[in-house]
Order: sequence, then C-alpha cells, then structure tokens
Amino acid sequence: MQSHILSIILFTPLVGAFVLLFVPKENKDAIRWIANIFALGGFLISIPLVPMFWAQRFDATQQFKFMEGSANNWIPSIGAGYVLGIDGISFLLIMLTTLLGWVSILSSWTAIESRVKEYYVWFLVLQTGMLGVFMALDFFLFFVFWEAMLVPMYLLIGIWGGPNKLYAAIKFFLYTLLGSVMMLLGILFLYFHHHAVTGIYTFSIPELYKTAPQIPFHAAIWLFLAFFLGFAIKVPMFPFHTWLPDAHVEAPTAGSVILAGVLLKMGTYGFVRFSLPFFPQVLSSTATFLNVTTRGWMIGISLVGIIYGALVSLMQKDMKKLVAYSSVSHLGFCTLGIFALNPAGLSGSVLQQINHGISTGALFLIVGILYERRHTREIAEYGGISNVMPVYATITMIMFLSSMGLPLLNGFVGEFTILQGTFTESWKWAAWAAPGVVLAAAYLLWLYQRVFFGTVTNPKNEKLHDLTLREILTFVPLIIAAFWIGLYPKPFFQILEQPVNQIVLTVRPGYPIPGYPNATPAVNAQAAPVTTPAQIPATAVTAPTAPVAKPAHAAAAAKPKGSF
Amino acid sequence: MFLDHIWLIPLFPAFGAAMMFFFGRRMQKAAVSTVCVGVVVVAFVFACVTVVEYTHFAHGTGQPFEKIVYTWLGSGDAHLSFLKRDGTPAQFNADFGFLLDPLSVIWLLFVTGVGMLIHIYSIGYMAHEGGYYRFFGYLNLFMFSMLTLVLANNYVLLFVGWEGVGLCSYLLIGFYFHRKSANDAANKAFIVNRIGDAGFILGAFTLAWYLGSFRFLDINAAARSGHYLIGDTVLTAAALLLFVGACGKSAQIPLYVWLPDAMEGPTPVSALIHAATMVTAGVYMVARSNAIFVLAPTAMKTVAIIGALTAIFAASIGLVQNDIKRVLAYSTVSQLGYMFLALGVGAFAAGVFHVFTHAFFKALLFLGSGSVIHAVSGEQDMRNMGDLRGRIPTTFKTMFIATLAIAGIPPLAGFFSKDEILWQAWRSADGGFPYLWLIGFGTALMTAFYMARLIFLTFYGQPRMSQEVEHHIHESPKSMTGPLVVLAVCSALAGFLGVPHSLGGSNGFEKFLAPVFERGTEAAIAATEEPHHPAGEEHRKLEWLLMVLSVGAAVVGGGWAYRHYALAGKDYPEPIAVKAPPLYTVLYNKWFVDEAYDYAFTGRRKLGDIRLGAMGAGEASSWFDAKIIDGTVNGAGWSTRAVATLSTWWDKWIIDGVGVNGPAILARMISYPTRLLEWGLVQWYALVMVAGLLGFAVYYVWK
Amino acid sequence: MAEITTLHYLVVAAALFVLGVIGVLTRRNVVIVLMSIELILNAVNLNLVAFSRMWGNLHGQVFSVFIVVDAAAEAAVGLGILIAFFRNKETINVDEIDLLKW
Repeated sequence: MQSHILSIILFTPLVGAFVLLFVPKENKDAIRWIANIFALGGFLISIPLVPMFWAQRFDATQQFKFMEGSANNWIPSIGAGYVLGIDGISFLLIMLTTLLGWVSILSSWTAIESRVKEYYVWFLVLQTGMLGVFMALDFFLFFVFWEAMLVPMYLLIGIWGGPNKLYAAIKFFLYTLLGSVMMLLGILFLYFHHHAVTGIYTFSIPELYKTAPQIPFHAAIWLFLAFFLGFAIKVPMFPFHTWLPDAHVEAPTAGSVILAGVLLKMGTYGFVRFSLPFFPQVLSSTATFLNVTTRGWMIGISLVGIIYGALVSLMQKDMKKLVAYSSVSHLGFCTLGIFALNPAGLSGSVLQQINHGISTGALFLIVGILYERRHTREIAEYGGISNVMPVYATITMIMFLSSMGLPLLNGFVGEFTILQGTFTESWKWAAWAAPGVVLAAAYLLWLYQRVFFGTVTNPKNEKLHDLTLREILTFVPLIIAAFWIGLYPKPFFQILEQPVNQIVLTVRPGYPIPGYPNATPAVNAQAAPVTTPAQIPATAVTAPTAPVAKPAHAAAAAKPKGSF
Repeated sequence: MFLDHIWLIPLFPAFGAAMMFFFGRRMQKAAVSTVCVGVVVVAFVFACVTVVEYTHFAHGTGQPFEKIVYTWLGSGDAHLSFLKRDGTPAQFNADFGFLLDPLSVIWLLFVTGVGMLIHIYSIGYMAHEGGYYRFFGYLNLFMFSMLTLVLANNYVLLFVGWEGVGLCSYLLIGFYFHRKSANDAANKAFIVNRIGDAGFILGAFTLAWYLGSFRFLDINAAARSGHYLIGDTVLTAAALLLFVGACGKSAQIPLYVWLPDAMEGPTPVSALIHAATMVTAGVYMVARSNAIFVLAPTAMKTVAIIGALTAIFAASIGLVQNDIKRVLAYSTVSQLGYMFLALGVGAFAAGVFHVFTHAFFKALLFLGSGSVIHAVSGEQDMRNMGDLRGRIPTTFKTMFIATLAIAGIPPLAGFFSKDEILWQAWRSADGGFPYLWLIGFGTALMTAFYMARLIFLTFYGQPRMSQEVEHHIHESPKSMTGPLVVLAVCSALAGFLGVPHSLGGSNGFEKFLAPVFERGTEAAIAATEEPHHPAGEEHRKLEWLLMVLSVGAAVVGGGWAYRHYALAGKDYPEPIAVKAPPLYTVLYNKWFVDEAYDYAFTGRRKLGDIRLGAMGAGEASSWFDAKIIDGTVNGAGWSTRAVATLSTWWDKWIIDGVGVNGPAILARMISYPTRLLEWGLVQWYALVMVAGLLGFAVYYVWK
Repeated sequence: MAEITTLHYLVVAAALFVLGVIGVLTRRNVVIVLMSIELILNAVNLNLVAFSRMWGNLHGQVFSVFIVVDAAAEAAVGLGILIAFFRNKETINVDEIDLLKW
C-alpha cells in the first residue's frame, strides 16, 4: 500500500503558490495571510510524518520508507520516474525545511513591501523545490527539483536583495549552475553505465546504487569529482565558497535563512546520499594525488574550511557577512563528519546540518531584525543594543551560544559527535578541527560585545523598539528545537542510526557495527570493489536483486558480542 | 530516597535561573532573593541529607553511587558505535548520569555551602545595583552548572558543567556590560577557557578512543585493570590534554591570564566563581582522572612543574599590585598552583584538602574585600584606603583570620593543607621534587608578605581616602557580615578535618578520600613506597622541620610587610620599588604577559606593521579570500566576459555585419523602389486585394 | 409559393459578403471593421449551410460550426489587440494604425 503523505507535503507549498496567483496583488495583507497559512500548513502537514516515521525508524528491511510511485512511471521512454521516498537522513532534513519555511515566511511580514505577491509565490515554489530534492529517489526528478529551486532563489536575491543584488544573484546562479552541470554529466554517465550493465535505461536511484560501485576506478574518480564539484559548491566547501557571503549579504532576511538553513544542506545531503554510496571504491582507494588520498583531500579541505571560515569571520565588519563565513566554518564540520565515514561522524554530521539550520537560520533572523530597523549591517554602527532591546539581546545570546556549541544546546551535540567520529579515524584531524571551536567563541562573542554591550553611542540606536510578538514567535520554534536537540538528542540518533550504519557498511564493507551483518549491507550486495572491469557484466546481469537484510535487532539479539 | 533523586540537586538552582529568565523582570527584589537564595538553600539541605544517606550507603568503603537518569548522547543501543584504537567497536554513549563518591561529596558540600553563603551575602551587596534579577539568575545558573560538573558520571556531562560555568563566568564578569573593560575581560575569560576546553574535549576523545567509554567508572576500572603500562603514550597524551583543560579552567600558566581580569565582575562573583568553586574545577577534574594520571608520570611531572611555576609566578605579581581584588586574584592563581603541585606529586588528597580549605578562606577574603569596597564607596585601590580596622570591625576580624589561614599560621585551615602539600612535594619519590618544595616554600613567603601587605594597607596605617569617602564609611549589613563570620569559623576550623599523623591527628580527610585515589595494580606495584602510610621517626622529624620552616616563612613575610606598611601614610614607599626599580616595573606590569599575548596570539597589538596571532591570521585570510579566491572567481567571470565581448564584436561586425547584414543591405537597396508601394494601412491592402479579385473576376467572366 | 433554392441563399450570402467587404474597406472605426469581418464570415457560413443542404450531408454544417468558433476567438483576440492599441495610441481609427509599414 502506498501512502501519499510525501506528495502531500511536497505539493502543499506549490498549491499555496497557485492560490496566491488568484489574489489581486494590491491586497498585500491577504497575500501575507494566505502565504503564512500555507507555510504553517506545510509545517503542520509534515508533523504526522513524525509518528509514522518513528514507528519504523529501526526497520532495516527497506532502506527508503513511504515509497511513492514506481520506477520509470513518469517518462518511460527514458526511464524517468516519479519516485519519492525517505530515510532517516532525509526525514530530518524535510522536517527542518518545513519548519524553516514557515519561520522565514513569517519573518518576512514587514520586511517585504514591494512585489509582495511575487515574493511569496516564489518563496512557496522554492519550498516545494527544496522538499523535492530531499524526497526524490529518481535522478531525473532529483535534478528537476535541484534546478527548479535555483530559479526562485535567484529571483529572491535578485529582486528583493540589497544594493549589490544583481552581482550576487548572478554569481550565485552561475556558480551553482556550473556545479549542477558537472553533476548532470555524472548522472548521465551513471545512467548509461547502468544501461551498459543491465540493458535497462533508468534514472532510479536505488537501481543505480546497485551498478554504480562497479564502475572502474579510473572512471569513478572523475565521476566522484563531478559530483563533488556540484555538491562542494552547494555546501560550500573551502575554495568554492565565495558566492556564499555575497549571496547572503544581498539576499533578503528570509532568503538568507532558507539559503543557510536548507539550501546549503543539499550539498551535504548530496554527499551522503550519492557520493558515498555511489563511489565507495573512490573513498576507500589508496590512490593518491600529491600524496594524499581522495578521502584525505576531502578531510583536508573540510579542515581548512573550518579554520579558514572562522578566521575570516573574525575580521568581518558586516554582521551578515560574519554569519555567512561562520557557515563556511560550520559546514566544514559537517563535511568533516561525512568523510570520517563512520557512524558517529556521519550521524553527527547530519545532526549538525539540522543544528546549523536552526542556529544559523536564527542568526540571520537576528541580523535581519536589526537591519529592518536601521537598514545597515555595519557592526560599527551599533553598540549598547542590549540597553534598548533586552529581549532581543537575550534571544541573540541564546542563539549565539547554540551556534558556538555550548553544551545543552544543539550545536554541541553535533560538533561533539562529529569530533568523536573524526577522532577515532585520526586524532590529527580532530586536533585540527578543535581550534575552530575556539575561534567560533571568539568571533561570536566579539560580535556580541561590539553590538550589544557598552552604552548606546549612536543616537540612531536610542529609539529602537524591542521585538514584536510576531518576531518573538519566529524565534520560539527555533529556540525550542535548539534546547530539545541539546537536552535530548536520543530520538535523533535513533532515527539516524539505521541509514547511517547502512551507508557506512556500503562504503566500508566489513566495518564492525554490533548487530549489523558485516558482509552484505542492505543497500547492495555488490558494494565490494570489483577486481576487473571485465567481470562487470557477468556478475551484474546474473546477480539477483539485493538481498533483504535481516532485521537489525533480531540479529543483535542473536549475537550481542562487540557491545560492551 | 534522597540519594536516588540526586539529580534534583542541580535542578533546584536551574529552576531558579529559569524563573529569573521568564519572570525576573517583573519580580520584586525581595521575591527575587527569596526564590534564588531559597533554591540554593534547598539544594544545600538536599545535598547534606544526600551525603548522610550516601555515607550509610557506602559504609565507609567509598563505594561510588551512580544514578543514570537518561541516555543523553547516542541512540541508547549498541548500534551507534565507534571504533576503539584496537579496532573493536564501542557504544557511542553519554548519559545524563550522576556519580556520588567521596570526591564529589566534598565538592558537593562546599559548593552548595559556600555558594549558599555567597548568595546570602549578595542580597546585601547587590541591594543597590541594577539588574538584580539578572545577577541572581546568572548565579543560580552557575550553581546548576557547577553542580552538574561535580556530580557528572562521565566526561561529557562534566564538560556540560565545565562549559556552563565558563558561560556563567562570562556573563557575570560582563555583568556591568556598560564598561568596556568588563566586556573585554568577559570575552577574554571565555575564549581562554575555550582553548582549555578544546584540550579537555580532545583528552576525553582520546580516553574514549583508547578505553571505549566516557564513563568515569569504566575508565577508572580499565585504567586500574593492569592492562596498561605506566608511561603509556596514549594515556600520557590524554592526561596532558586533560591538563590543558585544567590549565584553562583553573588559571595555570600559560592560560592564567583571564583570572586577574575577571575581577571586573561584582565581588560576590569573584568570591564564588573565581576563588572558591569554578577555578577548582580543574583540580577536581585532574583528581577525578587520577587513575589516568598515575599511569602517566610525564604528565604528572608536567602538572607539578606547571603548578609550582604558576604558584611562584602569580605570587610574585601579587607582591606589588594595588587593587585589592587583583592581589586576591593573583593569590588565587598562586594557591591553585599549589593545588596542582600537590596533584602533580601524587598527593591527590592533599590537593583536594587545599581546595577545600582554600574555598573557605579565599571566599572569605573576597567577600571581606567586597565589604571593604562597599564601605569605602566602591574604591578598590589600596593606596586610597587605610586605618579601617576600627570602622568596620567585623570585616577586619574575619579577614584577619582568613589572612592568617592563607599565610599558613597554625592551627588555622591553611596551615594544615599547605604544609601537607609542601611535605608531599619534598618527600615524593622522583628526584628533583625538593626543588618543587623550594618553590613552594618561596611562594609561602611571598604569600605571607602580600597578604599581610593587603591587611596593613587596608586596615592599618593612616586613612588615605578622601574626606567625603571617609565620612561615609560604615560596616556592611547583617546579610553581608553573617556569611563572613560563618566563613571565618570554617577557615579557622576546617583544617582539623585533616590533621596529619605527625601532629597526632588521624588525617580523616585523606582517609575519606582514599578509595577514590586507590592505585591500580600496575601503578601500585610501581610505586616505590606506599604513599599514605605513617612515616618513620626520621620522616617525622623532617616533617616537623619543614613545618617550622614554613611557619617561619609566614612570620618573616608578615613581619617584613609589617615593617613597611603598618604605618603607611599618604605616598608611602613600595619597598621593592625602592630597592629594585626594574623588578618593580616588571612585576607591576605582570611580567608583560598580557602585552606579549596581545602581540603574539590575539593580534590586538601590531608588531611594527605586522599583525600576528588570530587577528593577523584573520586579516590575512580575509585578504586571501577577497583577493585570491574570490578574485579567481571574479577573474573567471571577467575573462569569460572578455571573451564574450570579443565574440560579440566578431559576431556583430564580421559574421552579422559582413555575412548576414551585407546581403541584407544589398537587398534593401534593390528593394527601395518597391517600398514606395507600402502604405501601412490595412484597409488599403484590403482594397487592393478586393480590386485584384474584382479584376480577376472581370477578366474571367468577360474573357 | 416558390421554393427557396440554393441560388436564393447564394444571392443573400453574396449581398452580405459585399456589404462586409465595403464595411471593411470604408469604415474608419476598427470595431465596425471587425463587425464587418463577422459579416463576411457569416456570408461564408450561409454559403456552407446552403451547400450542405444541397448535397444532403453534414460537412458544410460542421465547417460552419468551426467558423463560428473561430469567429468568436478572432473577435476576442481582435478586441484584445484593439484595447492594447487604444492604451498606446488612445485612438481606434484605422488611419492611425500604419505600423505595418515599419
């Protein structure tokens, strides 16, 4: 039986956008109300997914849950299908997306005064695009959503942005497009390779999972790099990050929130969903470039990103730019966790992605609130704000602490888990990442001091009014989420456990995880590196579909060895 | 029953903090003090009852009590795992769990006890300050963090408290947020602490990676199991990393710089956080990890040497400072150095004992100095005090007792704990430790000097404050003097809990702690002598000799201070400044360490045109980012545009111009005559069409 | 009474057609020009229906239905263009509409 909850969640924002088309554009308040209702509705509709998913969080018999559609049902001639499905990783990201979508639409109530209708329409379209990326299980569909959400974001920055918006919007669009094109080439290679092996043209991701690991290494490395470029630009990883500060600085507040909160996660999601399970042979190979393995390079630029982003943050004079660079640093932690390639690192990474969405999303809201009042983001323009806006100062403090990873708030849980996972791979990596934590405290506290402490020196700041109820309301869900993850992250770990372990077993067959069969991970039976390309067709054609894994818990009960 | 609900102890103050967060703004001062002080009193009473219950539970065996409330980090089952160093998987797990053993009992008692007294004191001290609820909210939050720290059953939860106290310290140092100096000090405290925290967390990772758990009991059991040799490299690294954390939190060289600046906070904060409780967290953590440290002699040596150096270094700065709180701050750093010296030579119990006694007399000194500052209208410079002993007698008497205690005059608390440390330093087995004793001895001399100097400058000599201030001098209210008296009694008597054998005592304190510091098989064999056994007659004589020496040092130091400061009038001479002016300058400027750090590490000061340190790296990275990386991106864009411009030109003039438009122009020239027939009016065209049709019709019909 | 033959219809249709053509050619108001075009179309319709009756099948009628629909669409588009034009030029005089020259 198929449940359609994913489709419902996916298209609710789009329906909202469609409804908005019929509202006269002069009627701004009606537009705002309708957009907010649909955004809140989109969030509320996604809530029933929580208990439904919770009930089968440990279910290892199927990798993807709530599957909808079937392969090749959309454009059968090329093998494209409308296939949706989620696992624990995409589930969390979907919840984050619906939550942040609501929060950011709520936050734009007074911030957007011109072209209100178009703004909300594009925002809701963007929302659907993002959700689609996390749900799609068909590469064609995935790519459609991936590109489809580029356009609304481009328009959001380009129309409602700051003074230098066109430069930023075009830079954002072209840069990401460059990555997407590379990724498209990679996808096509996988597609044709699947045909070469099985004789079937299909874009179905679960099907491609089965054949991709047999791609010979010399081709796989280029494919990996193509996907890497697509995702690394999106994340953004260290040398590809410069579109981010520009886009963030120029984007409207809500755009920044979504950009930081969700769009960047698509890159990391791509790494987890595609780069890792598709190319285990690349990540486990010992082939080196400049004496460093592929995995070493990934880790290396993550570490550079962590320190470098933090250092650049330290010296920024523009608040939004500071937060943008801090994103580079935080996302460095996420990619570090991913390429640690072990359960702790991966689950910490996904958790940190959620955390980053919450904390940095809130930070952009915070900057946006000051910007809306004073129309400047120069740090030097402020000082002593906590005298005039105490509630605001308190909320800011909480979110800053969450962002710098204070225990009992969300940031700590993610960073700790990532560092723990990284440390067990190599203590050197963790040691290099540790200064990032120190610098995070430095740039955030210094920013806080310059903006909030002291006396009000700028007369323009004397009359600022504190947060309105609506503004407080935008922060409440984020603060609750921050404390929840900080105090009781166990449910999140449980949700992530099964998909993360499967990915680890795919990439590193034989990695000892108590309770999981070591040799045959559920994702695919042929994950082990194939020795010669000549064997590929023979093994692949005759190979049956992936064996169904034993339920993990039954296996755990059978042989509890290894746990202590 | 109380023991089973031990997790409530930190939650009481957390409740107070939450109340202040949500409702504090709208509450009366009386209500604020009732709630905030009330919860701490409840926590203290609860803690006392719990400890009593624990002693029944443990029956003198020191058996730890563990209560796990829920799984915090990890999925709660073994499927979320990490690989240990030996390649076997271990569960990724950290509980919200609480551990009560003799070590945490001691911290629990004095943290809640001293904390309660300081809360009461604050009612009076902060009565006229703004942000009353904020202050008490932070204090309660601090109590929550500190109690979490000392009750945690694993390194991660300990880290929660560890960071939490750092945060509260940050908030409270920056309490007067209008003052830039306060904000700077707060940031400095937090960031320097963070450096230590990074070390700490890496140490914890090392332990988990090596031993497979974050839990104290697991780690201790593993370390004592005998599987690991003394001098194990990984354990040494772990111990050193943990010690980096301790250096940050407990203000040891090289991370001590934040503590003197932390005096920007309100005085009760200095007493509670920066003297009695938080700064001893490092000692607690090292003592808690003693099973690791005894397996890492290199780390132990490092701890001892750093401790001794810190002790004498900070004491030397304390000799010449004029700010009453700064003297006490350096004194605190110095005393913490003592504690680490004790830990480093393996005398964990002695170190802990000194923490215990120090909590009383240093809290008392700070609170007393607060009372003094209160009396002289906020003045902190001792050069503007003098002759206060008759005017604020209770403060004077209690502070005097504390001074005797810290100087090590028998039979006050400091004497017993300090001499225990010096004695252990002297006799500890490895060669070179008598040098440590010598440093400790010198420090004792200096301590006596600067403390006596503080007392004489403040309470003796001639009044040096302005007329108006002098007129307003008054003894503090009961809520402030009450805690002073209680602390004075404790400072006087706490030492008797740990009277050493050589003086006919039974050293009950050490005995109580013994189960915690029990050596593992491997370590016990390696120890050349049983360290906690009554020594022979030789030893006893030596011990007495050392005692006499250190008491003598205290008397000499005090006497020297008496000679120079007892009658200090206006513009009194500083003896060190008179005899060795360069030394005075160096000491007065704190060995220029802050300046050096600013040049080398923070980059706040430039070395010529070059900026080093974090800000230098930040500037360089920003430049690199804007010019090189973004420059490359923009360059790619620019060159694309250049090529595009070129192509456009080519397209426009050559391809389009010659190839396409050329024929078009030709056609146009030819077509010019035809154009004359165009009107542009549809009806005319229609008319022509009709005419044509008619013409055809006529032609065909009449042909 | 004499029977109405196909020829009658054709005559009427021709008359209509001529009226329409004259209207299109002479009137200056675009609305009337459009109406005249309708007249021409209806003349054609009449012819088609008449021939349909003559041949005894439905082909002609089907065509005329298409033309009716087409006429409606054409009127809509034509009027739309007309309104857009009026917005630009504030006139619907055909003499002013000479942009085709360019």
